[in-house]
Amino acid sequence: MNTLVDTQIATQPRQAATMQGETSAQGSDTPSLSIVLEDRKSARANPAKATAEKLNFWYGTNQALKNINLVIPEHQVTALIGPSGCGKSTFLRCFNRMHDLQADTKYEGAITLRPDNVNLVGPETDPIEVRMRIGMVFQKPNPFPKSVFENVAYGLRLRGIRNKTELAERVEKALRGAAIWDEVKDRLNDSALALSGGQMQRVCISRALATEPEILLFDEPTSALDPIATAKIEELITELRQRVTVLIVTHNMQQAARVSDFTAFMYLGELVEVDATSKIFTNPAKKATEDYITGRYG
Amino acid sequence: MAATAHLTLEEIRRGLSWRKQLDKLFIAIGMALLFGCLAILAILFFDLVRDGSSRFGWDFFTSFPSRKAENAGILSAAVGTMLIMVVTALVALPVGVAAAIYLEEYAPKNWFTGIIEINVTNLAGVPSIIYGLLALGLFVYQFNFGQSVLTAGLTLALLILPIVIVATRESLRAVPKAIREAAYGLGATRWEVTKDHVLPYSTGGILTGLILGLSRAIGETAPIITIGALSFIAFLPPSPVTGEFPFLNFEWLMSEFTAMPIQMFNWVSRPDQAFQANAAAAGAILLGMTLAMNAVAIWIRYRFRKKISW
Repeated sequence: MNTLVDTQIATQPRQAATMQGETSAQGSDTPSLSIVLEDRKSARANPAKATAEKLNFWYGTNQALKNINLVIPEHQVTALIGPSGCGKSTFLRCFNRMHDLQADTKYEGAITLRPDNVNLVGPETDPIEVRMRIGMVFQKPNPFPKSVFENVAYGLRLRGIRNKTELAERVEKALRGAAIWDEVKDRLNDSALALSGGQMQRVCISRALATEPEILLFDEPTSALDPIATAKIEELITELRQRVTVLIVTHNMQQAARVSDFTAFMYLGELVEVDATSKIFTNPAKKATEDYITGRYG
Repeated sequence: MAATAHLTLEEIRRGLSWRKQLDKLFIAIGMALLFGCLAILAILFFDLVRDGSSRFGWDFFTSFPSRKAENAGILSAAVGTMLIMVVTALVALPVGVAAAIYLEEYAPKNWFTGIIEINVTNLAGVPSIIYGLLALGLFVYQFNFGQSVLTAGLTLALLILPIVIVATRESLRAVPKAIREAAYGLGATRWEVTKDHVLPYSTGGILTGLILGLSRAIGETAPIITIGALSFIAFLPPSPVTGEFPFLNFEWLMSEFTAMPIQMFNWVSRPDQAFQANAAAAGAILLGMTLAMNAVAIWIRYRFRKKISW
């Protein structure tokens, strides 16, 4: 089942049954889930951008990830869902070696990044090199207490860009890319802390985009935001896939359904099922997946 | 009280009024203690001012010590204290901040760094005269710095180092993990994260710690008596700024010195009643200097808090 994505899944029957539980929870302003899934055109997987193979991970003696195998297709959005503590954030943080900041953690196995086949979690790979290639957006908006401009420019400065014109151009491009340029173009020198939560999060997305990462990781990027800010970020994520490969952790299943092309369901540190999002949400192959998305636990 | 958890409205009100009384009682006790402490400080300060009132005047600040109480002033003591504070700050800040950065950001958490941390905290509790003895052996006899401004500054720097280290560590620790992760996530090295983010965002706390340390050092008497401060100095150290290139002069570092608390101590120990007024006046000025430094610390903390809020 784990290799399904790799072998180009055929489009699922579109007239899948509307799911119980999920539809009733939807607000009137969001299209019903079945329509969203109907709309999803990319049930075919692009070539892999990254592949996790036999990935295990430990916090001390506690094994948090167990034998994860997953293909992340290029220029598509892959969502990781599952109940709290299932390891979805832990898995996401393997991709940019965030765990290395913590003592007593251990990786085993591989996450191979294409096309140069670097093993992201290999002991021979420098975590800083990995973070230069793979960007991340965090759960809570975490802008630096600096100006909007300096926030977005920081990654560029780290890469040795000193030329003011180039910095200004790339900051503008990144802010446009995160659909926030119009809101902040007159206050680039104001503190980013003066923005609203949704604006801060889009500045954080710009900050990650500015350095043109190959993969962009989102760790529950809207859990601290109101519904309107959430809608904007979701729209942005669906647009971003043209420029970057996206991996997103979300506890909100409707969000996974709205933004992602592929969905992976994790439970107790294991990858239970991965498939086209429309398939996962209408006709999951595993009982555990079905129980989770129909709201029987989690 | 009823046997069940359910209370009647009357019972709720009766119980509530008693609990609110307790609340008020606590406020009263707290206020009494607080104002008691403040009153003691105020009485002390006004007593000093009253006793020394006859001596306040321009002459008191511009005169050297003298055998005649009415001619004596605090010029050499005040200048000595300021020069010592400059040396202390210039030594304690970089050393203390560097030590704190290492312990907080770089040091692995093992038994060895654990011992270092416990010792740093313990150093804050070492009696100040012990630092004086250390300085006498090390700076005066071993390094031959003499009984100089440099020796005194280094001694007091050692004394306040634990305060600076602890305060710096606390403000480094206050920088949220999310900010560090954001910087690491963009590919920053540990030093870049520290230099570009952690350190700038904790400047307020670091400076506050330094100033609180200095305001402790300014009143220290025992260690600088131990290293041999003179109590009668009728000259000023060479000026640090000169008219000729390179406009800076470091001879003052090696100059003999006296300091405010030494001068006070000297005056207090004289039998002549007139010198007691001098001591009181000098004490009021020293206390004023300390309060002014604390005020600066509060102002710095306020400025930085306003700019940065997590």
